[in-house]
Amino acid sequence: MIMTGADAMVKCLENEGVSVVYGYPGVAICPFFNSILDSEIESVLVREEQNAGHMASGYARVTGKAGVAVATSGPGATNLITGIATAYMDSIPLVAITGQVNTAQLGRDVFQEADITGAVESFVKYSYIVKNVEDIPRVFKEAFYIANTGRRGPVLIDVPIDVQNATLDFEYPDCVSLRTYKPTVKGHIIQIKKVIAELSRAKMPLICVGGGVLLSEARDEVRAFAEKYRIPVVSTMMGISAMPTNHPLYFGMVGNNGKAYANRAMNECDLLIVMGCRLADRAIQQLNLNILSEERTVVHIDVDPAEIGKIMGPTIPIVGDIKHIMKDFEKQTFTNDFSDWLTILNMWKTEMAPKRRPNPDYVDPAEFIRIMSEKMEDNAVYVADVGQNQIWSAGYHVVKEGRFLTSGGMGTMGYSIPAAIGAKKADMSRQVVAVCGDGSFQMSFMELATMQQHHIPVKIIVLKNNYLGMVREYQHYTYKDRYSVVRLDGSPDLEMIAAAYGIPFMRIANMDGVEDKIDTFLSWEGPGLVECLIDEYDLVK
Amino acid sequence: MKRIFSVLVENRSGVLSKISGLFARRCYNIDSLVVGETDDKAVSCMTIVSSGDERIMQQIEKQLNKKLDVIKVRTFEEPECISKELLMMRVKYNSTNRKDIIENCAILGAQIVDMSTSAFLIQVCDAPEKVDLFIRMMQPFGISEVARTGTLALPKCVD
Repeated sequence: MIMTGADAMVKCLENEGVSVVYGYPGVAICPFFNSILDSEIESVLVREEQNAGHMASGYARVTGKAGVAVATSGPGATNLITGIATAYMDSIPLVAITGQVNTAQLGRDVFQEADITGAVESFVKYSYIVKNVEDIPRVFKEAFYIANTGRRGPVLIDVPIDVQNATLDFEYPDCVSLRTYKPTVKGHIIQIKKVIAELSRAKMPLICVGGGVLLSEARDEVRAFAEKYRIPVVSTMMGISAMPTNHPLYFGMVGNNGKAYANRAMNECDLLIVMGCRLADRAIQQLNLNILSEERTVVHIDVDPAEIGKIMGPTIPIVGDIKHIMKDFEKQTFTNDFSDWLTILNMWKTEMAPKRRPNPDYVDPAEFIRIMSEKMEDNAVYVADVGQNQIWSAGYHVVKEGRFLTSGGMGTMGYSIPAAIGAKKADMSRQVVAVCGDGSFQMSFMELATMQQHHIPVKIIVLKNNYLGMVREYQHYTYKDRYSVVRLDGSPDLEMIAAAYGIPFMRIANMDGVEDKIDTFLSWEGPGLVECLIDEYDLVK
Repeated sequence: MKRIFSVLVENRSGVLSKISGLFARRCYNIDSLVVGETDDKAVSCMTIVSSGDERIMQQIEKQLNKKLDVIKVRTFEEPECISKELLMMRVKYNSTNRKDIIENCAILGAQIVDMSTSAFLIQVCDAPEKVDLFIRMMQPFGISEVARTGTLALPKCVD
């Protein structure tokens, strides 16, 4: 069928089952946005391109399929980079489409020209600049395949405007043929049997789950395996919601800001099974560096062979997709009893539970988050931003069967509002709540307009302390309370912001009657903005 | 530890930048890098010499394999392969040192490929350490300029 490159781009998205794109127009991407008018695909107009990346990320994390972000050439494309980089660090599947200046003008520094494929090189799984219109179907097919398989990640497609306007005979390929890309899915059975042998010998085994468990949609399999043999589980920040918080086998998040008993479990276990986790610095800084000793066996399961041995050399590496590998684990059996180890862990959990001394004049963010998350629907999506709010959220949010989303790797402030919008759009039946600080709120509150324009109702909780709290806390410890550029004086009145956007508002000043207040705003039909006043000197540690 | 990576890549624009960018971003050394087409026009061969500890060498191989433009990575250490470098050197001569220069070239297997009334253009194609030796031997005569390719290598033939 003869059509323009722009029509072909839209047809490709339809063939990939895309129902929504998040984007911002500009001249260089106008042919695409003109063609999309004739399609069922919805275009969500963001208010800044970075947030298109975060919305696509929130969407991808709920649907399990690549989200699509679209921007124009030059500044549109460069604004998108932080969104792409954030997705890359957390292995979120994303297809970013950018307009580009005419191929004949490439390299001449014309208006709104940016070498975007060059600029994103270290933040993408792959990138394309399409110089030949006939390549569009193949490139799109490959891009979605690459983004959605192996270790998930973003792929960028840069399409010059003349290529969008050129014509081709469109036919969408059925399959991809990439000689250089064959991700390993199936784990090596000999390695799996070795792990089973270790499990039958171990006295104190521990499973540490990362974001990979959620990305491969293996949380049921991992949970079933842990339950069958009564093996305790800890998680990294990205692995939160792989296990329900109150599960008797779950012992919290590890790492700098994790639970002391989870870190102790990591340090003292005799068999550590790491699943879908890259052992990033913040997750393992609390660990004894001699974790690899003769008395300890470390199993590392990951889809990306480059992650295995990058930080520490495991005793038993297994490359493959966790869901697939868990199915192979299910076929193996062993007998062992870890009840003594669980007794010890439960004792540590009681003894080493964090003790907070909240200021009664304010909302205690930890307690507020705990109560609210317990009241949230079972399959709710909780999106935490970055900063103190993220650490309180990770530490006190109670996961039932829902999801916990945050920017774990990149730590991108302003992630929660756009990611929550994307998550809600992915499944309008699910309850979605974003929790941010007053710093992160001000990085992306322009997206309240997107939320209103496209009727995507999410609840936004702002923990307001008039400070960039995480940096203030760092300056408290490191510079002995010598605060530099962390006060948020001049911030707007959130009640007036809510009114300006036509969003219901609630201010919660302290813990009096907080349960009723939470019930009230959670029951609001549409969106809501809730401001919680918290002690400006509160600490996460 | 020195290691040679022989990397077959898709012969597309931007691939060299992606590979060299990977080394730069992850702080891996590039001692030398040579690129050229293979017998298949769609495939280029990059020969990269790098140095670092065993963990870094393994990471380089894994990270190269992750790149979607990389078809195949082979690694070898010098004893396992035949490695060569091409060097071209311009040396000024006069009546007193002319014979010594020609003699050095003969001893080390260098060829004089061009000359003027005052300078030789010399070519050496040899193992990298022989090329280093040749440079050292010629330094006393006053080298005007040098261009060298970096190491090219392929594994030795095995029956």
